[in-house]
Amino acid sequence: MTVQASDDPILEISGLETYFFTRDGVVRAVDGVDLTVGKGEILGLVGESGCGKSVTSMSVLRLIQNPGEIVGGSIRFRGESLLDLSEKEMRAIRGDRISMIFQQPVGSLNPVFTAGSQIAEVYEIHEHMTSKESKARADEMLEKVGIPDAERRAKAYPHELSGGMAQRVMIAMALAADPELLIADEPTTALDVTIQAQIIDLMREIRDDLGTSIIIITHDLGVVAEIADRVAVMYAGEIVEEADTKTLFADPKHPYTKGLIGSIPVAGLRREWLDVIPGRVPNLIDLPTGCRFAPRCRAREEAGLTICTEQRPELRTVEGEHTVRCFLYQEEAR
Amino acid sequence: MSDDLYDPPDRPLEPTNVQPLDGMEASDAIRDEVRMDPSGGSVGAVTSGGLWRTVGREVVRKKSAIIGMALLSVLLLLAVFAPIIAPYPPDQVLFDEGVSPRDPPCIHLFGCPEDQPQHILGIDGNGRDYFARIVYGSRVSLLAAFAAVLFAVVWGTLIGLVSGFFGGWTDNVLMRIMDVLLSFPSLLLAIAVVTVLGPGLINSILAIAIVTIPQYARIVRSSVLSIREQEYVSADQALGVSRWRLLIHRIFPNTLTPLIVIATLGIATAVLEIASLSFLGLGVQPPTPEWGSMLAAERNQVFTAPHLVFFAGLMIMWNVLGFNLLGDGLRDAIDPRLGR
Amino acid sequence: MTEPLVRITGLVKTYPVKGGAFQKVLGTVRAVDGVDLKIYQGEALGLVGESGCGKSTFGRAILRLEEPDAGSVVFDGEDVLQLSRKQLKQYRRDAQVVFQDPFGSLDPRTSVGDSIAEGPRVQGLSRKERGQRVGEVLELVGLEPYHANRYAHEFSGGQRQRIGIARALAVNPRFLVLDEPVSALDVSIQSQILNLLKQLQRELDLTLLFIAHDLSVVEHLCDRIAVMYLGRIVEIASRDDIFASPTHPYTEALLSAIPVPDPTVHRQRILLEGDLPSPLHPPTGCGFNTRCPIAQQGICDVHEPELRPVDDGSHKASCHLRTGDYQDLDRPLLAST
Repeated sequence: MTVQASDDPILEISGLETYFFTRDGVVRAVDGVDLTVGKGEILGLVGESGCGKSVTSMSVLRLIQNPGEIVGGSIRFRGESLLDLSEKEMRAIRGDRISMIFQQPVGSLNPVFTAGSQIAEVYEIHEHMTSKESKARADEMLEKVGIPDAERRAKAYPHELSGGMAQRVMIAMALAADPELLIADEPTTALDVTIQAQIIDLMREIRDDLGTSIIIITHDLGVVAEIADRVAVMYAGEIVEEADTKTLFADPKHPYTKGLIGSIPVAGLRREWLDVIPGRVPNLIDLPTGCRFAPRCRAREEAGLTICTEQRPELRTVEGEHTVRCFLYQEEAR
Repeated sequence: MSDDLYDPPDRPLEPTNVQPLDGMEASDAIRDEVRMDPSGGSVGAVTSGGLWRTVGREVVRKKSAIIGMALLSVLLLLAVFAPIIAPYPPDQVLFDEGVSPRDPPCIHLFGCPEDQPQHILGIDGNGRDYFARIVYGSRVSLLAAFAAVLFAVVWGTLIGLVSGFFGGWTDNVLMRIMDVLLSFPSLLLAIAVVTVLGPGLINSILAIAIVTIPQYARIVRSSVLSIREQEYVSADQALGVSRWRLLIHRIFPNTLTPLIVIATLGIATAVLEIASLSFLGLGVQPPTPEWGSMLAAERNQVFTAPHLVFFAGLMIMWNVLGFNLLGDGLRDAIDPRLGR
Repeated sequence: MTEPLVRITGLVKTYPVKGGAFQKVLGTVRAVDGVDLKIYQGEALGLVGESGCGKSTFGRAILRLEEPDAGSVVFDGEDVLQLSRKQLKQYRRDAQVVFQDPFGSLDPRTSVGDSIAEGPRVQGLSRKERGQRVGEVLELVGLEPYHANRYAHEFSGGQRQRIGIARALAVNPRFLVLDEPVSALDVSIQSQILNLLKQLQRELDLTLLFIAHDLSVVEHLCDRIAVMYLGRIVEIASRDDIFASPTHPYTEALLSAIPVPDPTVHRQRILLEGDLPSPLHPPTGCGFNTRCPIAQQGICDVHEPELRPVDDGSHKASCHLRTGDYQDLDRPLLAST
């Protein structure tokens, strides 16, 4: 039974700006990002290191710390503005209504507590259960996420667990309070590919059975192609392209997206040379004027566009729900 | 785009708007920082030049380090310019000038009559100018503490390097010896050594050094153990680099960072221990001025001639504080860089 | 049949596992459990497997960065495992390594040029010659000679990998072991490095052993691919054969697990049960039987399979049911869909 994504978005991020005020300057890690996640939808947020995808998710949960600060924009969760809540109110939301899982599962678990007790803690805090009740629920949860012999495993410490197992424990913790939104930050990057496959399947099951919306943050386009309904591509703090998954891969518009897809070796697809995106990601303190991708953009050169280095393009709709931030697709550029 | 032949890597189509810092493109460094740092790049760009220059820059930004350095510079000045600053030689007995033992301070600026000889901090129990002894005392304190730590660091490093690198029985034996030394309270052990060797400044320096060697040996050894596993060491092995060169040229320089911090903090402890030994009469012998022994000499006069006790104690504190602050500042400056 | 450049026979590397208050030996981990491999001059051989399969240990063992417990590594006619440290000098020139971690593979205290010059120094080049060589290899990998004066932390991950490659190339090796050289890099940088490696292999006629966990990366570069599991090679074949007709169930599972950046591809996923067994207590019989979708009790958990030819001879797999004596028992891997 698949839960259809309804019209009412669970999360609406609008014009989010998160800056880091360092000694050497202001790092504009997230610079005007709009994102929506519908109910029961899986949104893939894709980008390479330094693009700001993790900062975006941390901003949603208001986990940004000094010298970072959310300086602008709005984040609405079920219509409620998260940026206006007090820390106490945010704490009630974290783990309960919005949960997060991280990249390094063993490292993200508390090494001095057993797996079961960490899951039970969620029940104790958010649902005020007694320790006996929460322990029982924790064991249930472990079974739900596919850990065999759950009662025994619950007594294991994080270092005794394999990567895949630990990630399942994290997922169990994240799902314990039945959140409406799950943010998964590179959940499979540190895992072996066969374990990765298991975890991806698990996440899909979670969405199908529980209706949880998921934001999956990753640099792995393959993962995103497998599981996401829609994909947003980030570069240097901005969203440069967004579309539903099929469209994005069938018809990528932004040169960066194209370059990214082209640079991945695909098993079974033989190519002499992989596509290369020349140059490097720009310094987020000292950003170039105009389009941030312009210095590396071959298409710009080929099309002979000068506007790219002068003005910053806006995110515009190309067709239907497909948006791109690129002058190649904007009439006034010619 | 897929028709293109292999493009030469890393040659951007045109110069970016990025202003290079110190001749290097800061974009890469930020990117690395962002990758390592889940906050997304809160750490500023690392600039060029060796690691020491970067650390140096960091250190001068730390208030604690600056205060520490200021305190120590004062002491250093006192030590270097002692003959100029001190109005009298430190062991000169001044009874023929008409002063008596434990005379209170006489500062003409503050109202002491002109006909009395000026002694800023008064006279000590043996008729010597106290201020001069304080000033000259800085020489002994600084030199002795440095010497003790230097000796300990050199030997500790040697032991740690050999132990960590070669492992096996060598490691076992050396570390057990270190354990034995560590199981004694350092001061007691120093006292025992001095008792065997005989009192005196040199012997007390030796004693303290011997007692602190295990600390440095351990630090260096654990550094070596972790550096040994690094891929750049394996790379050298694959290149056929000899084991000695590996140890001295590749591994040793990378053990310096924690060592420097601990050594700096160690000087502070050494100052205290030298002072303590001298206080007990086992260190410096009269008439050499040294703050600890000066404290000891006048300890019964706390209420009758407090100036004779207070200033010696203050100087010890000043010295220890200076090194502690500097060491803390160094540690904080080095730590973020140590992450690599 | 030409003689391979590197012929590895029966390579075994074990580690004692110590524990408890007195560091008693609890057991041994057989990280490399009897591996035979032939690597031919000029080829790029991919060695693929997940964490814990022993591929990295294998790579290090054949370079004698770890001393193997048994077996032989015959390089150009000579068994390098029998050579004394002094005699190794030539081998250290002929066989080099590139590591995975761009952040840990360069000494942070010395300049990049000094790191690269270390190999030539051992080989006896004069200072001037070393300087020249450093400049040469830096250009070879797409950097500039003036980069030699900079320090590792001033470079990005991709650039550091290039420097690592330059360091290996500085002694003019014939054989290069690459231990997950692109795993720690961003996707768009990976492609730069993979292209670079391909180009270098051609220009310099290098023989490569490419160790990776990602089959697609390996496919781009390699002519033959070997799959490892729990210290053994379970399948070895040409690139085409591995992808067209994977024979060992583990290879099939591995292939089906790779996420493809194409949402229209709906693969029948072969999901493996559970996790890798503890290397301290490997399963009896076939190492894969605890997770294998077609394992037969009584056969697969009792006897250890051997590498047997699949068809024409160069494609080999070690599975009782696929290439061994029990082929008639094999059931289709994928049940009715």
